[in-house]
Amino acid sequence: MFLTLATQSLAELLESAGISSGWQYAGAAVVHMALLFGVFSLCPFFFIWMERKVAGRIQDRLGPTRVGGRFGWLQSLADGIKLIQKEDLCPPAADSLLFRAAPYIVCMASFAAFVVLPFSDGWVAVAADSGLFIMLAVMSLEVFGIILAGYSSGSKWSLFGGMREAAQMVSYEIPLAICAVIPIVAAGSLNLNEIGNMQSGGIQNWFLFHDPFTFIAFFVYFIVATASCKRAPFDLAEAESELVGGFHTEYSGMRWSFFFMGEYASMFAVCGIASILFLGGWNTGIPAIDQGLAAMRASSGPSAYLGGVLGIGVFAVKAVIGVFIQVWLRWTVPRIRIDQVITVCLKYLVPISCFLFLGSITWPLLLHAGQQRTTWTSEPLGERMAAAIPGNVAGRPANPDEPAANPDGSDESRHPASDVPSEAAPAGHAVTWMKPVEVTR
Amino acid sequence: MNGEAVFFTLFTVSACLGALAVVVSQNVVRMAFWLIICLGSTAGLFFLADADFVGAVQLLIYVGGTLVLLVFAVMLTSSGPYVKIETSPGEVILAGMIGLLFLFMVIAAQTGIDWEGTGSRIAEASEIDPPDGTFDTGAEGHTLRPIGMSLLGLRPDRGAAASGTLFTGYLLPFEIVSVHLLVVLVGAAYLARAKRRREA
Repeated sequence: MFLTLATQSLAELLESAGISSGWQYAGAAVVHMALLFGVFSLCPFFFIWMERKVAGRIQDRLGPTRVGGRFGWLQSLADGIKLIQKEDLCPPAADSLLFRAAPYIVCMASFAAFVVLPFSDGWVAVAADSGLFIMLAVMSLEVFGIILAGYSSGSKWSLFGGMREAAQMVSYEIPLAICAVIPIVAAGSLNLNEIGNMQSGGIQNWFLFHDPFTFIAFFVYFIVATASCKRAPFDLAEAESELVGGFHTEYSGMRWSFFFMGEYASMFAVCGIASILFLGGWNTGIPAIDQGLAAMRASSGPSAYLGGVLGIGVFAVKAVIGVFIQVWLRWTVPRIRIDQVITVCLKYLVPISCFLFLGSITWPLLLHAGQQRTTWTSEPLGERMAAAIPGNVAGRPANPDEPAANPDGSDESRHPASDVPSEAAPAGHAVTWMKPVEVTR
Repeated sequence: MNGEAVFFTLFTVSACLGALAVVVSQNVVRMAFWLIICLGSTAGLFFLADADFVGAVQLLIYVGGTLVLLVFAVMLTSSGPYVKIETSPGEVILAGMIGLLFLFMVIAAQTGIDWEGTGSRIAEASEIDPPDGTFDTGAEGHTLRPIGMSLLGLRPDRGAAASGTLFTGYLLPFEIVSVHLLVVLVGAAYLARAKRRREA
């Protein structure tokens, strides 16, 4: 696990300072955690302000205007200071252990999701091979905190909120996983960094435009992701018009705000997944700019760093637009009933996502039968990725010592996600990157 | 004491304490909570052993799936505020005997294995070359692609991957398990339906 931290550059820096390797990794891990915690706590800070501003504008008022000078941009800080001062209440009817633990479970689950989320090419705390899978698994823990909160509050409103959340999540996780698998089928990898890199070189390479099925899958994913963050119109667990506050009726102060930190952070996380899976991640979609950024990242020194930061900018813009749409939906669409929520999921979204999954599997086969290739764009995914950034396929920072880009993709050994074997390729094409291993008995 | 040892100790201790608390506590939902601690720490141990995929499966299936359903079922069916399970002395003795038998089995299995030989074999078998040869795939948990290949019938650990030979792989057991799950699902749906008809 320590080795999976993508910390080569940092570890080298610490090594030059004469620190032993164990402490290098420990230091690198601490720095990563601190950075991630910064991102994790800035997300709610910014999005709560954005929510209030957007809600104000939609309702024809100004929203926060005073705190922090113009635009009320420090409103979230003021909210936070107010919430810290509140009394930490635990109702006598509550199961105090579970009641106190539930907000931390929500917060930890949504924080842990950021550990495997790449923010720019190679800028990821743990470059796990099954990154997307880990992320979905960890984010599914968040529900448990909410159900526990609903159950342990000892209040009918909370119990109803918790039950609705459980029913909703148990059904919505199915289309969420299927929709996330659809671009995975196209990419042939669960490594989020690889998936992001595969979409370099032009907007037509984004998985959104990979085939008609991924195009629809993006919208289905976005609906389901909105529901999985329990945002309106799917916020049945809170439903303040009928359930007072739903699962958080009995909570106050910081414990209450932990739920919302988790909620806003996971909004960013699901929109970040959408950005990487469908919208090209840190690629701008304009070939010239993308090549420039890739060259910057492949270089050494401050320009590589700047390239990474620009990549974060591109990625964050896409994710924040996603969050903005979620906020916009919340203030314009009325809340639907619980039976409608379940009906939408089980009768419409699950069959639609199953159909899209089947379609996305048959699409390359049909193209291959008809046109002797597997994508409608000219180059297969594997070549596109090898051409994008050399030596960066395993999801770690580009090594400046490595040879320059290999634009024609002739090096067969660099194709971790090569296409299905075509006539030109040898039979074992898909596994040529693996060395035969002799196992001694 | 290096970092891995620290985390190993942390995860094992919390897994054991969580498991003990599951046994000791009497409230079902508290048991579920302690089970999260136990299973989450076990997932942490898997992550520590660079078995990312297994750890994520553990979290997704047991914590995110089974335990959520358990608490959901408790919330739907319980008549009082907090459900308690009270065990009779006979049950404690029976469960203790089963537990002891399992403990003996684990000890027998643990002492019966030549760990050093197995360790070296695993180390050799997991030397799967990454795209540019500088990144030890097996040692860093990047084992997902070999697992996927094995499910499809290509066995990179058998050494014949480059020639494209097809082994049976894990496809057949995987399919059998999925058909089994389908049968269970259909059976559950049938049972749930039959009850409702009788009431009406």
